[in-house]
Amino acid sequence: MSDTSFVRTEMLEEKAPPASTVGLVGWARENLFSSVLNSVVTLLSFAFIAYVLVGLLPWMFQSSWTSKSLTECRELFNATYGTSHGHACWGVVNDRWLQLLYGFYPDHLYWRVNLTLVLTFAALAPILFSEKTPKQFLYLTMAYPFLMPWLLWGGTIWAPVVAALGFVVGYFVFVTVSKVQSGLVTMIATVIAVLVWWLVLAGPVADTLSGILSLSIESVESRKFGGFMLALLLGVVAIGVSLPIGILLALGRLSDLLIVKAICVGFIEFIRGVPLITLLFVASLLLNVFMPPGTNFDIILRVMIMMTLFSAAYMAETIRGGLAALPKGQYEGADSLGLNYWQAQRLIIMPQALKISIPGIVSNFIGIFKDTTLVSIIGLLDVIGLSQAIRADTAWNGIYWELFAFIALLFFVVCFSMSRYSMYLERKLQTGHKR
Amino acid sequence: MNKSVILSAAAVACLSAVGASAGTLDDVKARGKLSCGVASGLVGFATPDANGEWGGFDVSVCRAVAAAVLGDPKAVDFVPTTGKTRFTALASGEIDMLARNTTWTFSRDVDLKFTFVGVNYYDGQGFMVPKELGVSSAKELDGATVCIQTGTTTELNLADFFRTNGISYEPVPIETNAEAQQQYLAGACDVYTTDASGLAATRAAFENPGDHTLLPEIISKEPLGPLVRHGDNEWGDIVRWSLNALITAEELGVTSANIAEMGAGTENPEINRLLGTEGNLGEMLGLSADWAKNAIMAGGNYGEVFEKNIGENTPIGLARGLNAQWTDGGLIYSPPFR
Repeated sequence: MSDTSFVRTEMLEEKAPPASTVGLVGWARENLFSSVLNSVVTLLSFAFIAYVLVGLLPWMFQSSWTSKSLTECRELFNATYGTSHGHACWGVVNDRWLQLLYGFYPDHLYWRVNLTLVLTFAALAPILFSEKTPKQFLYLTMAYPFLMPWLLWGGTIWAPVVAALGFVVGYFVFVTVSKVQSGLVTMIATVIAVLVWWLVLAGPVADTLSGILSLSIESVESRKFGGFMLALLLGVVAIGVSLPIGILLALGRLSDLLIVKAICVGFIEFIRGVPLITLLFVASLLLNVFMPPGTNFDIILRVMIMMTLFSAAYMAETIRGGLAALPKGQYEGADSLGLNYWQAQRLIIMPQALKISIPGIVSNFIGIFKDTTLVSIIGLLDVIGLSQAIRADTAWNGIYWELFAFIALLFFVVCFSMSRYSMYLERKLQTGHKR
Repeated sequence: MNKSVILSAAAVACLSAVGASAGTLDDVKARGKLSCGVASGLVGFATPDANGEWGGFDVSVCRAVAAAVLGDPKAVDFVPTTGKTRFTALASGEIDMLARNTTWTFSRDVDLKFTFVGVNYYDGQGFMVPKELGVSSAKELDGATVCIQTGTTTELNLADFFRTNGISYEPVPIETNAEAQQQYLAGACDVYTTDASGLAATRAAFENPGDHTLLPEIISKEPLGPLVRHGDNEWGDIVRWSLNALITAEELGVTSANIAEMGAGTENPEINRLLGTEGNLGEMLGLSADWAKNAIMAGGNYGEVFEKNIGENTPIGLARGLNAQWTDGGLIYSPPFR
């Protein structure tokens, strides 16, 4: 009996997969050339990319960074490449980049704008990256709304301090009155006290204090604001203020209180029914005519208010979408726990609704940030307005794409960062139960 | 988060609002700065340089007025205005005067209630065509596509011109001069029409200016000048005579080079009256005696301002033409200083 049975006692070595399915070749076969149609599309796409790059790369890199005028650029290109066509004259960016970033802000005060930008990030950190930021940063976040205007506009420090004291006044009135009166009366008394403080008392108090101890830094008029800094300023304010207003409007629209609901619906539908340009024209032209002559209502402030209201109306609808996506059980669950309206909103409804709305909210943010360029139409020299002004210089008359490329880069950096952050946030808040 | 910024700033803004104004002159003196509306960027007429300093032909008028009133040509807040915002800015008092190549027309003067204090540039609408089109007169443009800025008087002038001559055209509407430049060079239209000064500036920026030609026809009158609000004639007088001082200075041969010498007194009584060594013209305006001298020293006389900003030695290269002194066959003419 011969022993013909064969039992393998050890595993075979793993063989390398066929060369055509691994590495670059494998990846390409699977993703780019998996079928005839795919292959054709791939080749066409490559041809298109190559076509674009062949035009774009020489334009970008066979260029001049040092020329002082378009004519100089053209002479240089003619001498070097034989044609003045198809080469970028980056000299304009080199010459004017500070102006494009800071507008007419005095150059010895650029540090204030830079500091404001740094503070913006520091103040946003506890909101954006709450678990990675020390709690102390929250104080900065609270102080930021008062620090930012002071740093940018300058003047005495007492104006923002007195404005901030309005909240302290409100708090004390609230505490005092709530001991003796009901909720509604307290609310009304607080609001009245704060308004009286801001509208009547704040000015004289600030004047008196600055008379005693000046503590002021060089003031800069709104007219000097411009360039990308203006876009960031308008964007940050519109984004920062429109979110809370938008939440309140969304809740108001879903409210059972008839008047609140009517006001919110009316506001949202009116603002959404009107183009942003119209609102900007109202801010720059109509308000001027309505107000008494000599009234100096800052143009940038007017534009800020209009952009914020515009953004808030869209924000409200985005958040309402998030609220509508929540199942009714969540509301009922909150009720069954005995939470009152605001507790339920804060602890149960809003965290979920906002999470659902993140892509929409960030879309809104990016949209309103890009819409800030519309202010060039009402004569504010933001980056787009400045690009026209620069083109009016005889040295740079006729330059076009270089300026827009630079502006596009500035906006891309900011908008892309926002978009990436929103994806990070979505991943972070992912709780697993996808519907 | 930032709600309080708005509230506090609004409160501050409301509080700092000042009451109704007495007269523009007093306001300007109290403020220490002239608020002057200019174009937000127009080649040769108003443009900020890399340091944010404004310069240009219209800007020089602002500087001359500031020098006459405040003694300092730099004491000007330049407010960039667009074609749409300029009149409201002036009417609402946001600016004290407007020097933004604005055409003096009946309705702007009468209906919008502005006072045009004079003309600092006589312009007219022209046509630019590529040489290879082989056209030598605007009347040969039958069936042409024309790039035209929308919402301007040029659009109406164009329609009038083609209708009067019984020929047809196809408009290509565009928004800004820069866009027009791109469209025209890309061949989207055969002809580009706007004010002749603008055409010259546009052509100067081309890679091959020699390939394009300006047609001889000028189809409209565009007297451009500074303007102020109705209702403050004293202020209007100041702006008017500051402009006239520049014009008279050229006529009398007063330049920024010799003004110091002439300011000491000359044989010519009109120069003396202009520069304040004789008579009391400054006092009549409510200004100092050397107001006109300051205005001229701000940027030179009319001719010097012209040559420096838009004249034949600049890339724009405009000839004086209609804007020569009346003694040289132009239309620039100032009433006498007496």
